[in-house]
Amino acid sequence: SSWWSHVEMGPPDPILGVTEAYKRDTNSKKMNLGVGAYRDDNGKPYVLNCVRKAEAMIASKKMDKEYLPIGGLADFTRASAELALGENSEAFKSGRYVTVQGISGTGSLRIGANFLQRFFKTSRDVYLPKPSWGNHTPIFRDAGMQLQAYRYYDPKTCSLDFSGAMDDISKIPEKSIILLHACAHNPTGVDPRQEQWKELAAMVKKRNLLAYFDMAYQGFASGDINRDAWAVRHFIEQGINIVLSQSFAKNMGLYGERAGAFTVICSDADEAKRVESQLKILIRPMYSNPPMNGARIASFILNTPDLRKEWLTEVKGMADRIISMRTQLVSNLKKEGSSHNWQHITDQIGMFCFTGLKPEQVERLIKEFSIYMTKDGRISVAGVTSGNVGYLAHAIHQVTK
Amino acid sequence: AYRTDEGQPWVLPVVKKVEQMIANDNSLNHEYLPILGLPEFRANASRIALGDDSPAIKENRVGSVQSLGGTGALRIGADFLRRWYNGNNNTATPVYVSTPTWENHNSVFMDAGFKDIRTYHYWDAAKRGLDLQGLLSDMEQAPEFSIFILHACAHNPTGTDPTPEQWKQIAAVMKRRSLFPFFDSAYQGFASGSLDKDAWAVRYFVSEGFELFCAQSFSKNFGLYNERVGNLTVVGKDADNVQRVLSQMEKIVRTTWSNPPSQGARIVATTLSSPQLFDEWYANVKTMADRVLLMRSELRSRLEALGTPGTWNHITEQIGMFSFTGLNPKQVEYMIKEKHIYLMASGRINMCGLTTKNLDYVAKSIHEAVTKIQ
Repeated sequence: SSWWSHVEMGPPDPILGVTEAYKRDTNSKKMNLGVGAYRDDNGKPYVLNCVRKAEAMIASKKMDKEYLPIGGLADFTRASAELALGENSEAFKSGRYVTVQGISGTGSLRIGANFLQRFFKTSRDVYLPKPSWGNHTPIFRDAGMQLQAYRYYDPKTCSLDFSGAMDDISKIPEKSIILLHACAHNPTGVDPRQEQWKELAAMVKKRNLLAYFDMAYQGFASGDINRDAWAVRHFIEQGINIVLSQSFAKNMGLYGERAGAFTVICSDADEAKRVESQLKILIRPMYSNPPMNGARIASFILNTPDLRKEWLTEVKGMADRIISMRTQLVSNLKKEGSSHNWQHITDQIGMFCFTGLKPEQVERLIKEFSIYMTKDGRISVAGVTSGNVGYLAHAIHQVTK
Repeated sequence: AYRTDEGQPWVLPVVKKVEQMIANDNSLNHEYLPILGLPEFRANASRIALGDDSPAIKENRVGSVQSLGGTGALRIGADFLRRWYNGNNNTATPVYVSTPTWENHNSVFMDAGFKDIRTYHYWDAAKRGLDLQGLLSDMEQAPEFSIFILHACAHNPTGTDPTPEQWKQIAAVMKRRSLFPFFDSAYQGFASGSLDKDAWAVRYFVSEGFELFCAQSFSKNFGLYNERVGNLTVVGKDADNVQRVLSQMEKIVRTTWSNPPSQGARIVATTLSSPQLFDEWYANVKTMADRVLLMRSELRSRLEALGTPGTWNHITEQIGMFSFTGLNPKQVEYMIKEKHIYLMASGRINMCGLTTKNLDYVAKSIHEAVTKIQ
């Protein structure tokens, strides 16, 4: 007999299931709108030019492969912090922060979750927006935290339920943890406007909550890295010492290289040093020290003026293509004769769009048109191209008219 | 980390070659790997550990999880065991580590949630070798189903490994007492220069029908330290059990790092799956192993020639990167303060730090320390 006879089969990943079914489909017009990675207008993965250049520079330097420090590549972590906080940030200039390299967004979130489990004394509760990225819940749960929710998405309007959010947040017990998506909310694409962020910050401050920002799309959402980091920076300016997880998977196309960072804004540099020492104690028994390749590429890009400029142009290019697909989708739906209000498609931002389609309609899209998406009606706009946006609009109209 | 005879880090020639191949391949991109890792890497990595002719591989009862170095593999294995071994979420299951062991072993299992981490006898300071009787006695007395962390070869920090005969005795006790073997294999090939020799213990346990975990690191034998290339090999009773185990490990990986880094796995997979590159790699590994073996024999012969009090055969009998010299803390302090030779208070030296240029100085310094300080 086996030690593992009682081990249950883990439930299949819902998003993977979408891709599996897509792969099996023989329809030449098929579309995979479940993919969480950017595609160019030919539907192909896109390796940024600045990444290729950085890689060539790195190769020419013939560096060794010695272990990184536990906290990661210093040039990378410093540049990541500066990117998020802004070069003029008082918190950045005073050094009252610590940034450690993490395994992309997930790894950075998990380091933070583990850190909170060990050192956040006043609550076990993490409040997530409803809905949130599917992996947030198990990450915090596995770290030993408890999950709660605050209203966020309004399915009736396909936009932000601001009054619902403010109402719920006003009732969160003081000194709990609230998780916020910095920009390009995943999965809805619905972000607060700046005026709304101001009110959210005031409420978070009033309730004395620990604000945990997840920023996976800086630059990728609006095309402007400063605009996308506005909420993060505003909170800090209001005196809220946030914690922050960053990913370079999407905005630098470094997906499989796992480049990310976790930051804690502290009272002063001394506190930052103490926090850093504890983060290292958490990281060492997880994987000892982080992988070099992605961080090295990101560091070269951020720290080399020419490459940084090129990157900003390329990330804007990706964001612009997404925005243009949203616009084309809406105009194509109008051309099809759809009488529904599709404004939310262009109001929403980032890689994902909550179409508002119901499960039965999604089912028909898959079966009749070979257009694959998750049952909640979420599409990855990255999977839309100028070549297939017409087909997509036609199909959506057919199942909603 | 390995150092050349010039005291420099060494990027393996085959690694440089393969990296260039990867850089020139425009069909490659940076897309996410699957959660469990690059399939070609996983299969090749486990094949290296278990052998080309492994019955377990033939019987399709081997699973693999690409991990962030050996540490990452240990952690995924530890997290899984805490959830699913010996009941559900049985944090009371004792976990045994050797005395001494790599200090991070304790932290890995503690942070995975195990509450009862114990030690088993291992290093016999008096005879400068393995305390086999102590080890076996600890296993006899360990509660049934306890987990034992075993160093597959090149024990860190002592460099002292059981002989095949001793491994057979260990396996017999573990089988009888239903103890779980969790191998840590960080030096396969790097220790003796032979992949098969360094994997003998793991393969023996497999042939004895054990279900086991083996955390593999490619940091040293590929010199890929900072790329974080590791693999957790899972050997189970049958394919169905292994499949279910992997599905649950996938859930653990998803909340830890989602999917593993691409670069290092590509290098290893490309190398291991090409007969020519594999041979080049093997030669690079032998270069490293041979240099360390040479330093060992050169150090020992100098100490014996100097007539340094004590016995020094342990220097060549021990294996791998580290050696427990037998120097006591006071002698170590002398080495550091007076001779500027840095070693651990335990008397552990890193053999990679020895070069043809400093052998004489180190031997003389050890001689002084041993004769002047008691």
